[in-house]
Amino acid sequence: MKTPDTVTMQVNGRPLSVKTGTSVAAALRIADAARMGVARHSVHGEARAPFCGMGICQECRVDIDGQRRLACQTLCSDGLRVDTGFQAGGQNP
Amino acid sequence: MNAPDKPPPPAPPCELLIVGAGPAGMAAALAAAPSGVRITLLDDNPVLGGQIWRDGPGAHLTPQALRMREALARCANVHLLCGTRVVSLAGSSALLLEDTKQGWVQPYDKLILCTGARELLLPFPGWTLPGVTGAGGLQALVKAGLPVEGERIVIAGSGPLLLVAADTARRAGAKVVRIAEQAGLPAVAGFAAQLLRWPGKAAQALGLASAHYRTGTRVVSAQGEGRVQSARLLHAGRETEIACDRVACGFGLVPNTELGQLLGCTLAPAGGGAQALAVDTLQATSVAGIYAAGECTGVGGSERALAQGRIAGLAAIDDSAAAQRHHAERAHWQAFAGQLQRHFALAPSLKTLARPETLVCRCEDVTQAALAGCGGWTEAKLHTRCGMGACQGRVCGAAANFLFGWTPPAPRPPLSPARIATLASPHTPD
Repeated sequence: MKTPDTVTMQVNGRPLSVKTGTSVAAALRIADAARMGVARHSVHGEARAPFCGMGICQECRVDIDGQRRLACQTLCSDGLRVDTGFQAGGQNP
Repeated sequence: MNAPDKPPPPAPPCELLIVGAGPAGMAAALAAAPSGVRITLLDDNPVLGGQIWRDGPGAHLTPQALRMREALARCANVHLLCGTRVVSLAGSSALLLEDTKQGWVQPYDKLILCTGARELLLPFPGWTLPGVTGAGGLQALVKAGLPVEGERIVIAGSGPLLLVAADTARRAGAKVVRIAEQAGLPAVAGFAAQLLRWPGKAAQALGLASAHYRTGTRVVSAQGEGRVQSARLLHAGRETEIACDRVACGFGLVPNTELGQLLGCTLAPAGGGAQALAVDTLQATSVAGIYAAGECTGVGGSERALAQGRIAGLAAIDDSAAAQRHHAERAHWQAFAGQLQRHFALAPSLKTLARPETLVCRCEDVTQAALAGCGGWTEAKLHTRCGMGACQGRVCGAAANFLFGWTPPAPRPPLSPARIATLASPHTPD
């Protein structure tokens, strides 16, 4: 439900409401608890989830409103569209 | 010249540019602000506070952090730019910046680097599984709203940060089932005994004490189907397996020196084989007009960062007399930093954490075995692509420095992945 304390976004096409101030990295986990919030797949196809939590490792890079951005350094906002599933290699900034 | 279809740069011109809005950067801005100089304070995180004062749905900010944040908001001459990263240098006395909308060149007269530190993340079998994070990494993620309620978490690695991360996770409803500190009991007890010299730290340590804390214990592996289901730990030659949902593992901190290096600032040894930006008594680097404060000058905690930040801010507005009044405070916390390094030195046996098949470079999926045959960074890059992925060696470079003794690669622009439009920014001079 939408309240002043929440924002509603989309993760892989599905609507998701989270607390205001939540990072996209946290939203990935909320949207997909079973896989611990997988963000991308490595060059050898391994699933990777947010790891360093502070913008260093780049493991949490996802597509946010059409831009490649770091989930851990992006706050959720109303209408934000997040898509996971980046394959490493061939995904230039 | 600005192209007509581009929005104007989001920051006004400034005399003093401060990179990094953690405790050091905030203290520097507050110290310099009364002079009236125009200050821009930027950070790549979406809110100010750095790692220790990171705000979010799972954060509990200290009164001091809130006070400083409010004080900064009242400074009309301090322009805050969150969600903004430094891409590269742009001629002399200017940086190329990028936010989600655009790239632009930000000139400055003086620059203070408060770029902080990152965790030393050492490879071990299973460290790429979803559910494995850094220890400070877990704390950062929880503060930003990561739900961990009911999760069983093993925290491992080294340093007081393990206890702080455990406390944050516990407050968010997690069950911290083990805290494994690699340093032995004598070293940790020695550190605790020294804490009486810093009463605030001693009180904090008592508050963080945990029955699940074990010294002389290190992670062996994490395993599970598609996500972490257990961790194996080694203590006194015996391995035990603990069922868990997460493993948070960090082996101390590494100063973020890359921007300083790109600017030509000299490095100095910072203990444990790490390098930090070299500074003089006024926090000035080897490059005229560029100062550095906080963890990028060596790891020592937020109180040291605050003292250094105040000195750097005052030095940057040429008030060295006022800066000197903070020297004693800085020395007090510098001594604390020395104790940290002495007592939580990493055991050489941790070099065997990574097995031959363990990935060391997570960006390019390069194994320990592939690297073990190389003579250094250049050979590793040429033969394996290690360090050439998205993180540009930030993670594997520090790991290889510990594992193989290789000097981390010199940083090259762009400092972080940037958009083509930024690199071709019309705001770039020439």
